[in-house]
Amino acid sequence: MENKGTNSDIAVDISNVTKRYGSFTALKNVSLAIQDNEFFTLLGPSGCGKTTLLRSIAGFEDISEGAIRLYGEDIADLPPNKRPVNTVFQQYALFPHMDVIQNVMFGLLRLGADDATAKARVGEVLELVQLTEFANRLPSQLSGGQQQRVALARALAPNPKVLLLDEPLSALDLKLRQAVRLELQQIQSETGITFIFVTHDQEEALTMSNRIAVISDGKVQQVGSAREIYEAPGNKFVADFIGETNLIDVDVKDVKAGHASCILPSGAAFSCHAADGARKGPGHLSVRPERVAVTTPAKGLLQGTATRAIYLGTDMHIEITLTDGEIVTARIQNSENTHVPNIGETVGLNFEASAARLLVD
Amino acid sequence: MAKKLDLRRFPGFLPMTWLCLFLLYAPLIIVMIYSFNDSNSITQWGGVSLRWYKDVFWGLEAEKFKLAAIHSLIIAVAAATVSTTIATMAATAMLRAGRFRGKSISFALINLPLMVPEIVTAVATLIFFSTIGFTTGLTTILMAHIVFCVPFAYLPIAARMQGIEDVYEQAALDLYATRYQAFRLILLPLMAPGVISGFLLAFIISLDDFIITNFVKGAGIETLPTAIFGAVKQGIKPNIMAISTLLLLVSVVFVTLSYLVGRMGQNKK
Repeated sequence: MENKGTNSDIAVDISNVTKRYGSFTALKNVSLAIQDNEFFTLLGPSGCGKTTLLRSIAGFEDISEGAIRLYGEDIADLPPNKRPVNTVFQQYALFPHMDVIQNVMFGLLRLGADDATAKARVGEVLELVQLTEFANRLPSQLSGGQQQRVALARALAPNPKVLLLDEPLSALDLKLRQAVRLELQQIQSETGITFIFVTHDQEEALTMSNRIAVISDGKVQQVGSAREIYEAPGNKFVADFIGETNLIDVDVKDVKAGHASCILPSGAAFSCHAADGARKGPGHLSVRPERVAVTTPAKGLLQGTATRAIYLGTDMHIEITLTDGEIVTARIQNSENTHVPNIGETVGLNFEASAARLLVD
Repeated sequence: MAKKLDLRRFPGFLPMTWLCLFLLYAPLIIVMIYSFNDSNSITQWGGVSLRWYKDVFWGLEAEKFKLAAIHSLIIAVAAATVSTTIATMAATAMLRAGRFRGKSISFALINLPLMVPEIVTAVATLIFFSTIGFTTGLTTILMAHIVFCVPFAYLPIAARMQGIEDVYEQAALDLYATRYQAFRLILLPLMAPGVISGFLLAFIISLDDFIITNFVKGAGIETLPTAIFGAVKQGIKPNIMAISTLLLLVSVVFVTLSYLVGRMGQNKK
């Protein structure tokens, strides 16, 4: 089973994994190749199967079909304690009757490390997460953020080949969450351990990950960098889930070499990038609100009436109802120079070809 | 809001409460008071004294009661230990093994002894022992006690274990612990208050049992409850009241301990 060379830089190779619970299928033929030393995020709404996939890698779920390989070795049939991966649980699951040191040392002792070696390693890890002065406290004597870092230290201590993180930031408040994001990223690059991070929070995914797999309905919808996923969403779900987007109904006349020619609802012809698999006929054009410009009706590709303005501090959201009843949102900067249309005003909407993308439904 | 829910406004509750309290506790209180009676009569008050307590420990029947008490204690400790172990294993299987065939039946079987009339169990056990030719004695009492103590030990243990999420054991497994290590190092310490509470409850149930013990005990072997019953049959003497008061005290202490230990760590988090 030597599989070095071509695959040696793949940390976790998930191939055709299916997981069924009775009649419900949680994972549908999922395949992913997670690179060594990568911060990889599984992103999706709750119930999409992302946690099931993580738990399958950890060994808490038996997969129904497929294979999970860790650096070439098939681990799908190994119990959790035989897999060289560790997990940071959503609720941390720190052992309440053990202090920080005992918690962090737990894995090392089970692996057969002697007391002195284990203690030294615990010191190292606690320093990494800046918890040295709390070493003798019980979990109940720590704040949520500190508990989260103990959980991280405990999972890092045995030096796992892959670290699995199951929504570890969801229990923290916003400010702390933002700080911990940076910290996690830094720890990942310092340790060089492959991180697989599960979240439903797209902002978290976009800011931290090298690559993101968007998962919905038990299937991988798209894999790519934050920029690729945001700017070149592969399908309607991804475009809608990541950030906000306008989906404009269009009539696709032709798709050639990744380019589509289509007719906008206003009757204007428009050509732009097309996602793989886009076809002729009725389709959806995705345009991010911040790429939509509000202009005079004559200059616009689309025409409509401003129906709502939402004040967001740094920006304003203007909702424009098109003649066919569709609503398009434009996000304009809140500055003195920008013209904010009045409610009821007839306006034109403009966007560049590079801002639009024809999606697969 | 508070006024409407005031218990004093519930019609008929006050007399019912007094009736229950009176029927339950008046006899106990009278026994306790009369255990300090300095008189040979069990109805006439002759002043306060510890005379009957002295009689219990050093009087004519002291040896008999002492032996019975030792029997009771040995049986209670042994029965509580064994039944707590069985109950812990049963609770682990019921609450940690997911779904398995016969799970509801197992649950019913574990708790059945609480429902079966004790006299039926007593008669059945006696018939069973005599059928297989087992000589009745301390061993038969012990075996019978282990059986009916299991559900009492099971209840607090299962209640405690139910409150412990299995994510702790998962974390232990994830950190390279074997299943047994996850149990011994994580689950068992976390559920220890439930186990202790179960042990104490089983102990007191065994200590107090009369009906089953009376059926399966061999000739000449007495536990404290059967010894008291035997003494009462020959006429109630004040020393019985002293013994009963002592037994009541032991029960109250153990039940309170069981309750307190069971609650330990419960209000954390």
